[in-house]
Amino acid sequence: MTDRVLSLSNISKRFGNLVANDAITLDLQAGEILALLGENGAGKSTLVSILFGHYTADAGSITVFGKPLAAGDPKAALAAGIGMVHQHFTLADNLSVLDNVMMGSESLWQVHTRRAAARDKLAQVAQRFGLTVDADALVAKLSVGERQRVEILKALYRGVRILILDEPTAVLTPQESESLFAVLAHMVAQGLSIIFISHKLAEVLRVSDRVAVLRAGKLVAQADARNTTQAQLAQWMVGHEVSPPQRRPSQRTGQAVCVLHQVSTAPARERLNGVSLTLHSGEIVAIAGISGNGQAALAEVLCGTRRIAAGRVELMGQPLPHAPSQLVALGVARIPEDRHDVGLVGDLPVWENAVSERLRSPVFSRAFWVKRRAAQAYAKAVIARFDVRGGGPATPARSLSGGNMQKLVLGRALMHPASLVDTETHAFTPKLIVAHQPTWGLDIGAVAYVQAQLIAARDAGAAVLLISDDLDEVLTLGDRVAVMHGGHLGQAKPALDWSRESIGLAMAGAQDVAHAT
Amino acid sequence: MRLEKRQHSSPWALVLAPIGAVAFTLLVSALLVRWAGAPVGQTYALLLQGAYGSVFALSETLTRAIPLMLTGLAATVAFKARLFNIGAEGQLYVGALAAVAVGGMHDGTGLPLPPMLLFVLMMLSAALAGALLLLGPALMKARLGVDEVVTTLLLNFIVLLLVSLMLDGPMKDPTAMGWPQSVALMGELELTKLIPQTRVHTGLLLALSLAVALWALMKFTVLGFDIRALGANPRAAAFSGVPVTRTMVAVALLSGALAGLAGAIEVAGRTSYLTLDMSPGYGYSGIVIAMLAALHPLAVVVASVFVAGMLVGADSMSRAVGVPTFIADVIVAASLISVLVATLLTQYRVRWK
Repeated sequence: MTDRVLSLSNISKRFGNLVANDAITLDLQAGEILALLGENGAGKSTLVSILFGHYTADAGSITVFGKPLAAGDPKAALAAGIGMVHQHFTLADNLSVLDNVMMGSESLWQVHTRRAAARDKLAQVAQRFGLTVDADALVAKLSVGERQRVEILKALYRGVRILILDEPTAVLTPQESESLFAVLAHMVAQGLSIIFISHKLAEVLRVSDRVAVLRAGKLVAQADARNTTQAQLAQWMVGHEVSPPQRRPSQRTGQAVCVLHQVSTAPARERLNGVSLTLHSGEIVAIAGISGNGQAALAEVLCGTRRIAAGRVELMGQPLPHAPSQLVALGVARIPEDRHDVGLVGDLPVWENAVSERLRSPVFSRAFWVKRRAAQAYAKAVIARFDVRGGGPATPARSLSGGNMQKLVLGRALMHPASLVDTETHAFTPKLIVAHQPTWGLDIGAVAYVQAQLIAARDAGAAVLLISDDLDEVLTLGDRVAVMHGGHLGQAKPALDWSRESIGLAMAGAQDVAHAT
Repeated sequence: MRLEKRQHSSPWALVLAPIGAVAFTLLVSALLVRWAGAPVGQTYALLLQGAYGSVFALSETLTRAIPLMLTGLAATVAFKARLFNIGAEGQLYVGALAAVAVGGMHDGTGLPLPPMLLFVLMMLSAALAGALLLLGPALMKARLGVDEVVTTLLLNFIVLLLVSLMLDGPMKDPTAMGWPQSVALMGELELTKLIPQTRVHTGLLLALSLAVALWALMKFTVLGFDIRALGANPRAAAFSGVPVTRTMVAVALLSGALAGLAGAIEVAGRTSYLTLDMSPGYGYSGIVIAMLAALHPLAVVVASVFVAGMLVGADSMSRAVGVPTFIADVIVAASLISVLVATLLTQYRVRWK
């Protein structure tokens, strides 16, 4: 395999002082899967964006099939046979699969669409690559895995020779991931080349022929997937040796802190349907599931941002209050899924974000007036204790990196203002921690930090609800694990009673009927 | 050509942007002045002199700036919360209408109350009228998702027709020889002049203190935080416990009240009665001023003195060199566009392919 289909030479890109890509030289051969591995912010997305024409490189050149690729032009990239499947799909829900595939590939000037021809071509492509999808099905009715197949078909229909997949398994069950890998193998067997972007070590080794590791904008290593190990890849990725997170089961489980009884929410994009769950002091209950099956609704109910339509939620034996500030006052620590869009107000300074949840408490305001000095002192303490880097109290929260944003969110949730004075007792440990995807998109160091904080809070007596798409995280951290599907929550069972297979089946909905009663 | 987000705004860009904005505005206007056949330097000198060059010129500029300050503040507080209140013009008119209704000489007699009390009542009712006019659109936005730009804008025309109805009907001044103008305010309710023999009145002090009060409110209070958080990121604001609907209502009441006060102060300070042409679009200019001031309450004071100065200066300049007064509108518009572009360029860089 010495057919070079794509070569990047000396690609560099800076954003201000940040070097996103530093003289990266990389080749892609015909019929291979190249994994692009790196932590968030390592420069994977920038590199792919340059390749696809969304950014223009400051220096360097790209050659596709022996011809130079015009910089900064997505159309040229498409014409050269490069296709991309984004992590967030770009499909029109209200159109059929066929419409979605045809969309954008027909001339505006032709009088009518050529559906029959398109249907034949789609069937051919689907058959050739072993991707079966009903061409007339409405995209809205498809599962996430099927939608991803449509995205891939869309690219293949346009005759791509090089396919870029951005974190394709993030939204899939283990079983769906396996079937995706089979499709990818089929595609490379037909001579296509694939760039597979990921930060999951196991699947990178499982699926790729060759691995390229990026760290802080530099290409630090390239290796044959058969001749390397997860530990080696992790070391390249982070720059030093890392030990994989260890299971540290709960030592003592206390009384019930939060009880959900047959909770349902009004029908919306996501809903809860008769969910019952008890969270005890000193345990982590982890919720697995494919995103979109009601986990967001569950988190929002417990965070005070969604009302329930039926059932009841009790916190420390009392009905759960509605207002977020009351929840926080009662000791609920909330870590939302989306730190950019929900956790923080990016335009406001760090100190205001640090106190925003408790601004209405007498600690930080008196008769409408904000106690700025107390607020800033608290913000400084959060910054110091949770090691928030990249700015002081007055910096806009937006300019923090993702990991530091999460530390800020975590810090303000876990650190009671009174613990500034009294640092010894555990009296100010949160009663309940609702952590929705707390490590999503963080680098390995930050992931370990966040997980350690959650475990420490649990050991100090907090009840922790951890909702995560990451199965490894669920199985490592959870003392008990339950699976959500279609708004139903299965029974929470000890983590050791689950296998990856049984969780995968439950995520796909195989067991929820059994547990619904 | 394309825009790329800057990771860090360089200090150079922050310094050069406003200078570039001024230079661009002067350049565009200079071209038009040349086109009108007038000498550029002299025209600018006359413009500045007519706006700020003498006590009289300055007093006229400040008189014009008072309603602009208030409508500018009205737009500022609303836009900060992303409530796009385009209806300040209508709120100004209902404020003026309420002021005349409370403080006017009806059938030769006014309300039998002491003037001090009546003055306070007049201002409060004007503020309340403006506030209530914006309450409907704000509630419809918060509860039903109705676009407030459409509702507030259309309300302006409804209010103008209502004013017209009142001026030709119940509130018509019988001594006005058939002109559609309202009864006059009781003499005791008129604002005193700041400088004798000029028109600038104590409404200026009121407007300035409201600007400072709004600045303090935004910076130091919980409500100020709520407004800024709601405008910057509604989902995060709701998550952190900002009462979204209540804050939206508070913003609407504040914004409408400020615009309503603009109408009342204009009546009490300058015209003493209401006509249909009392405001040459102060409500809309308030939006321009708020944007020029980058939604900062204290900068609104500066921006409104600038805009008022251009309008007043253009009047006297045009008498001297024959450049149409529309040049003032061009200067204000060009400055707004160049300020917006300059702000954009501090955050994005332009890439040429």
